[in-house]
Amino acid sequence: MRLVKVSLFITCLADQFFAEAGVAAVRLLRRLGCEVDFPPGQTCCGQPAYNAGYWAEARRVAKHTLGVLEAAEYVVLPSGSCTTMLRAFYPELYRDQPCLFARAEALSSKTYELAEFIVKVLGVARLGQGLEGRRIAYHHGCHALRELGLRQEPLTLLRSAGAEIVDWPAAEECCGFGGLFSVKLPEVSLGMADRKLDTLPQADCLTSADGGCLLHLAGRIQKRQLNLPIKPLASLLWEAVQ
Amino acid sequence: MKLSANDYPRAAAQLLREQPQVRQAVTGATLNFDQKRQKAYAEVEAEAWRRWAEGVKNHLLMDLDRYLEEAEASLKRNGVQVHWAEEASAAQRIVAQIARAHQVRTVVKAKTMLSEELGLNPLLESLGLEVLETDLGEYIIQMLGQPPSHIVGPAIHLGLEEIRRLFHQRFQTPLEASPEELAAVARKRLREGFLRAEMGISGANFVVAETGTIALMENEGNIRLATSAPRLHVALVGIEKLLPRFSDLSVFLSLTARAATGQRLGTFVSLIQGPRRPGEPDGPEEVHVIFVDNGRSSLLADLEAWETLRCVRCAACLNACPVYRQTGGHPYGYVYSGPIGAVLNPGLVGLEQAKPLPYASSLCGACFQACPVRIPIPRLLLSWRHRAVEEGLTPKAEAAAIQGYAWAMTRPWAYRLATRALRLLPEKALDNTILPVLRAWSAGRAGLAPSPRSFQQLWEAGEV
Repeated sequence: MRLVKVSLFITCLADQFFAEAGVAAVRLLRRLGCEVDFPPGQTCCGQPAYNAGYWAEARRVAKHTLGVLEAAEYVVLPSGSCTTMLRAFYPELYRDQPCLFARAEALSSKTYELAEFIVKVLGVARLGQGLEGRRIAYHHGCHALRELGLRQEPLTLLRSAGAEIVDWPAAEECCGFGGLFSVKLPEVSLGMADRKLDTLPQADCLTSADGGCLLHLAGRIQKRQLNLPIKPLASLLWEAVQ
Repeated sequence: MKLSANDYPRAAAQLLREQPQVRQAVTGATLNFDQKRQKAYAEVEAEAWRRWAEGVKNHLLMDLDRYLEEAEASLKRNGVQVHWAEEASAAQRIVAQIARAHQVRTVVKAKTMLSEELGLNPLLESLGLEVLETDLGEYIIQMLGQPPSHIVGPAIHLGLEEIRRLFHQRFQTPLEASPEELAAVARKRLREGFLRAEMGISGANFVVAETGTIALMENEGNIRLATSAPRLHVALVGIEKLLPRFSDLSVFLSLTARAATGQRLGTFVSLIQGPRRPGEPDGPEEVHVIFVDNGRSSLLADLEAWETLRCVRCAACLNACPVYRQTGGHPYGYVYSGPIGAVLNPGLVGLEQAKPLPYASSLCGACFQACPVRIPIPRLLLSWRHRAVEEGLTPKAEAAAIQGYAWAMTRPWAYRLATRALRLLPEKALDNTILPVLRAWSAGRAGLAPSPRSFQQLWEAGEV
């Protein structure tokens, strides 16, 4: 069997705040038979500038990332939102620049969020039994859910490893992170976080494919002194194969 | 309505602090509406209906000038008098003239958001007329002197207790009166109004160009009474409210009802074909339609924003919006609130007058999934933000920060330097900072701390 070559785009947020989730993602991909490389020179996908309306600046950062990832066979990210940036928003940014548009489309078509890549490309739906008996709350990041249509992929993998996904009425609602939104309108953002946390049933941990949401929710949980550990999806999936 | 959209961030924060009960009332009501909508969509091929409705509205908007002329001819054929108002002031003048010509003393109003946009109530009151809102929610907020907080449920921000207290003060109903008892009191007073009024003012859900049909949908029966009991009926119609053919109505009415309240159809649908005809026992003697532009044609010419004009005012996007749910509509500071308000208001009043609204969203995309005519609200929000940058309307510090960010993120060495610097900060430095961005973050969130070493550092140390 030919080794699947994967380039990891760690994303700036995971790089800085969830380094161990990046390590888990690499080990998991290797365990599943991938050869993982880490293209040097990577920084941020450019989403903060794009969402704030600074498209010229976003294009500059996007162009840099296009160059970094151009040679990859597959690009995998431990983040639904940054995957959306590469997959959906890069082509939109370059819709008036045919050459860059073509390069953006090429990158778009080989870019995947981690759980999505495991299920859709590797064709793996079971990951060992390492989460037996765990009660997990899954927060669907909005971009992964509504822009990319990813709903079942992470849940399938978690359940296959024996985890129970708790029934959370607000599981698909926005947590209120929204990048700069969280600091531009902090009171509204916190109201949204509280709505998520107030409807959360008893669980062993809270997870998501999106580090931004997790930082925001973890910060709120700590501020409110709630007792709920946060774990990035990649870390849990690595535990699943143990 | 008084415009205060630029005050949104402060108003939203203040409301959350001082009136927490609004968040509770709005969240409860909108979640209920949204669940019903999802159920009602699931009953039909909603995706196909939405795409079809989007197509019909796009077709209409591409040929709007022709359809407006066709609508005018059809309405006139039905005996309806047609007026054109380019601006709010023109519409006000036309309504005032009609009222004066017929010595109107009392006006009953069926719920119309366009009337809020035109500032009609204060105008009519300044002319010495009695103005009575007849939608129950509108009736309540009219007594409180408040603007609507929601497009379909204007009093959505109020709890039952507040309404009980209001009715107790006004009508001496018992403080523990049931909602049915309160509605009965309102109904009695409104009935007297319907009989007294010489003029009824409504909006229109749709006007059919082909047949000149004015279509109105509701649940209380007040619109039917307001448009048939008084001698005069004046319908305020935004120029984008047309539908090409009569046969388009069936899907548009049902789709709008499903999107708005999760009903298959509103309890009352009135299809008005003009004034009372010889031999008919009731109906108004005169029907007037005022087609209102008020910024719509320039929005139509706007290549980035025109899709907003497909809107049928169902408020499904408000119900689906987690941001709207925190505050209801008042902090948005203009007639239209929630996601549609955030993209429509800058188009109607100018971005400079509604700067914060495109940022009143986490871009979660729930609005687009709910919208019956598939208005790409998240993309439109981004487009308005982009325009704010292009027009120099964003804070200078923000622009400088983003430029600095883009500079660093296109230089891997600078990124690595920043990575190292972040790890040299003393513990808890990110929690106690004077940087405004971090202060806003740490006011309600604790424990922001980078990983001991970044992933990149771990990789380069060969530890991955």
